[in-house]
Parts: sequence; C-alpha cells; structure tokens
Amino acid sequence: MNAVRQGEDHAAIESALATLAALFAAAGYAPVTTAHLFEAETLIDLYGEDIRGRAFLFPGASSAGGGGDLCLRPDFTVPVVRAHGANGWDRAARYAYQGPVFRRQDPGSTRPMEYLQAGIENLGAADPAEAEAQVFTLIQEGLEALDAGPVAVMTGDLGIAFALLDALAMPARRRHRLRRHFWRPRRFHQLIEEFVAGPAAPTALRARLIAAANGPDAPGAIAAIASEAGDPIGLREIDEIAARAVALAEAAADPAMPAEQAGLIETALSVTGPAGNALARLRALTAEGSVDITPALDRFEARLAALERAGVDAAALPFDAAFGRNLEYYEGFVFEITAEHRPDLPPLAGGGRYDAMTRRLGADRAVPAVGAMIRPEAVLAARKLPAAGNQ
Amino acid sequence: MTALTLGLPSKGRLQADTIGWFAARGIDIARTGDARQYAARARGIDGLEVVMLSAGEIPRELASGRIHLGVTGEDLIRERAPGWQDRIVLAAGLGFGHADLIVAVPAFWVDVETMADLDEVAEAFRARHGHGLRIATKYHNLTRAFFQSKGVADYRLADSQGATEAGPKNQSCEAIVDITSSGGTLRANHLKPLADGLILQSQATLCLSRAAEWGDGERAALARLAERLGVALTL
Repeated sequence: MNAVRQGEDHAAIESALATLAALFAAAGYAPVTTAHLFEAETLIDLYGEDIRGRAFLFPGASSAGGGGDLCLRPDFTVPVVRAHGANGWDRAARYAYQGPVFRRQDPGSTRPMEYLQAGIENLGAADPAEAEAQVFTLIQEGLEALDAGPVAVMTGDLGIAFALLDALAMPARRRHRLRRHFWRPRRFHQLIEEFVAGPAAPTALRARLIAAANGPDAPGAIAAIASEAGDPIGLREIDEIAARAVALAEAAADPAMPAEQAGLIETALSVTGPAGNALARLRALTAEGSVDITPALDRFEARLAALERAGVDAAALPFDAAFGRNLEYYEGFVFEITAEHRPDLPPLAGGGRYDAMTRRLGADRAVPAVGAMIRPEAVLAARKLPAAGNQ
Repeated sequence: MTALTLGLPSKGRLQADTIGWFAARGIDIARTGDARQYAARARGIDGLEVVMLSAGEIPRELASGRIHLGVTGEDLIRERAPGWQDRIVLAAGLGFGHADLIVAVPAFWVDVETMADLDEVAEAFRARHGHGLRIATKYHNLTRAFFQSKGVADYRLADSQGATEAGPKNQSCEAIVDITSSGGTLRANHLKPLADGLILQSQATLCLSRAAEWGDGERAALARLAERLGVALTL
C-alpha cells in the first residue's frame, strides 16, 4: 500500500471518484458522507461476523464522553442506513457515498487494510426486482465508465437457501442452527452430517446434564452439577447454563434428519451454471423433493426478467447457489464482479440485498434495501498490464 | 572469518535453559562485560556471535534477517511473525520451555465442553448481555486463526497483556486464550480448558532465518554448527 498517492496516480483516482459521483448523482442517488470513527459499542455488533472480526478497534476516551472502544469505519452501509432510519424508515431513498474503509487482513495477506469504496444504497423501493436490476446495471455502467476492461460476473441468491430451510419440515431448533451456520459452509455441512447420523455418544458430563434437565427439579439439579464444577464467575449466569442444558436435552431427543432432506439441501446449494438453467434446475429439484419455495424462485425469475428489460443477458449470467455464503450482510440477490485476467486483485465491485439488516439497525420490519459498491483502486489496477499491476 | 549471529533470550529461566542446552553440546556462552550489556561470547566453536534479545523480539529479528539463528518459544514465532513460514525455519525443539496455548472457560459452564459449544452459547449470550463473547488474550493472531479453523466467528478479542486468567472473574471477558504449563493456574481461577481447545503445544525452539545473509561462508559455518549441535539445520 502506498502511503502517499501523487502525480498521475492521484489524478487517476480523483478522476475515477468524480466519474462515479456524477454517474450515481445522475441516477438519483444523493451524496452522503459519514465519520471515519465511531463508538464501537453502538455499531460493531450490527455487522456480520466477518466484518466484525476484521474491524480495527482501539480504546477510546472519545470526545463524545464515552470511554469505550472506537472503531474505524469498516464499511458505509451500516452508518448510512442507520442514519437514514433515524429520520424514519417509511420512505424510499437513494444514497451515494465514497471514501476509505478499514479492514484487518489475515497475517501475510497482501490485501490492503485501507481502501476506497464508491457505492450506492437503494432503500424502500417498491419493486424489489427492479431495484436489484437498477443497482446491478448502475454498477456495471460505473465499471464501464472507469474503463475496467474485461470482467467476470458471479451472481447468487441467498433467499433461495433460506426459503428452503424454512420450507423443509424439521425441529425449529435445528432450522435455527442451520441458518446460523449457513455463513460457515464447512460447519454447516458438518451439522447436516450430525443431524443425519443422529446424536453422538455424549460425554459423561453431557449425559449427566441431559439427565438432570430431563429429571424432576431440572434447574436445581443443573445448578448442583454446575456448582460442583466451579464457583460461578463472570457475566454468564446459572440460569443461562440451565437454559442451554434444557435445549441440549431437547435436541438429543430430536429425530435424525432424513437422508433425502439432507441430500436436497446439499444438492440445491450446489446448483451452478447460467442463471436461466439454474432457475429451471431449482424448480425441478424442489418439485421432486415435494418442497414448495415458489415465492423465492418467482423472485429469482422476476429479477432475471427485470435485468433482461434493462438490457442484460440475464439468463446467461453465471449463477452459483452457494455464492455469498461468506457475505453475512446479504439475504437475497448477491453479486460480485472481478477483473477477468487479474485473479490476484480483490473484486472490483459487489453488492446485494440486505433487507433483514435494516431490522437490526432499528426498523420495525425488514425494509427493502439493495446496495453495491465499486473499489476504484482495484479498477485502476485492473487497467494496468498484469505484469505492471500492483495493489 | 564469516560469523553467524545467534539471538538468545536475554533473561530468566529460558535464558538459563538455553545456555545449558548449548553447554551440553560443547558451546559455552558467557556474557561479555557487565551484566546489563546484551553482548555475549560463544567459546568452543568459531564463527558464532551471540546477541542477547528479549524472547519477544527474536521473532521479528529472525523475520527481518538481522540474526541468522535464534532461540525463542514457538508460540512467539507463530504469533509475532506474520507470514513466518516464508522467512523462518523451526529447526529444532529444545525440550524445555514447554507451554500449551489453550482456550479456557469458567469451570462452572458445565454446558460448554468444546469449541462448538462455545459457538452455540455465543448467540444466547449476545441476546442476554448485549454484546458477544469476549475472549481475552495476548495471542491475537493465533486465536483468530484457531477460531476460524473451528468455524467459531461470533466473538470479540479483548487484549490482555497480563493476568489474563483473572479476566472472567473480573467480568472483563468470558473466556481466555493463554499459555498454561500446568492446570494449576486455571483451577485456581475457576477455569477449565475446552476439550478441543488446544491451539499449540509450544516449546523453546532453535530457529533459522531465511531472510538473513547466507553466503558460502555463512553456509559453511551453519554446517559446522549443525554437526556440533547434532541437529539438522536446513534452510
């Protein structure tokens, strides 16, 4: 990462940012700015786990009077959407932002820890498919305006997997665990295998705990086991332990997951190919499995139609049903655009639908929300010859 | 003649054990000048210069190539030298300075025995207390990598540079990642290790820097040293 950008490099990035600002403004997106620093306590838990883990936190003694940790802005969506909601959620709005974000990278990674984003948020739009198509095509226009060169697009739809998990018959607790671990594919796969195989032999302690939870005076019996193990210390209290013990006892009594159900989940999540074919395959798979996720698949179809109307060859767009499983923000349409000949670069752009996050940000219901951003530095790097490129 | 630079821990039990280990192989290491100076001399072999450094600095000196060899804990190499695999060779465990880096939780959490359990309670904890589980440690990199390998993501690191094991009792964290050489400290603080929470079994380790200057002279000196020590020293 260059500490100072000057000369041609400076001019190129300023020009790219100005180009995107003009493009987004012309499309009706109002420019907004946000602070670089905010108090961690109020915002950091609103992020998904990946971004939360990458955020730069440090001790505060902030001017606002709080003594808690401060956080360097890891993205724009949370502060922008939260500020929108503070003035009422019941209105449509479009925002454009640009500036640096800060994310910790893994040791040894060459990915930048500070980089520019120029993006848009489309909130409260009445027609979800139209809003998604508009955001997608505007980002495509942005990349063309920056002369990004040949790009590869990947799309997904997390709403399909969630609809499938909701529609399949299973204990509510199991559904909840699968949804929670959806973002960690390896753990998700492990869980499905465990559900099919049935409960593993419990440890002696676990067996005692389950017996206590199933017996008379469960809270007292569980408390006795806990106090025998050690003094109660820390914030987590005995009733929280008892509640988990009861949940463990209930889960131990759940029936095994039918192999066909596990197969349907894994097969649906492995559907890849041109979006048009993927839609047909998902309709066939769910029909064979006698599970109805028609509304989710209809949304997928409506999006493809809206994209076609916007001039995109939507049926041919690459689709991967598992795409986006590392992007906890999103819950529906999701896409990413990379430089075709530069796999060494981070994605040039990406975005998707994140209605559910608006509820975490304070809305009393999930407000329609689609957003996406371009990484101008990556785009400029992609324009250079591969040998000369750096990022 | 070309000399290799060897960085050794500058104090404590680790220094004494390291000097003893070299002495047992016929290399006597003695400080030169007064005890506050961090220079030392090696007798019994030619072409070996010794510098005394804090054990925590040695990973960085190895990674940057300012020393050819160094002795420090494997945990410190893995924690403090990001991307160390390209630059540092863990050549030989020296058989002392044993310490396990482990994940520990309050012993009375009888519903939590594994990393998966820890992850499962994180959600309910967040709902009840308004924040995620706080894991106190000074081993941030090793903790992140280990938790990721176990599929545990719903937590926050809390920095702790000392008395980490008292954190849960003081309510400054829910769980800890720390070095333990016996279970005594854990028990005294009402903590227990998780069954699959062993992150690393560390010991004092003789390390080679790939980033240092390695000409013919240095390589010849390394071969002589390897023969004398009776360990393989391969770059």
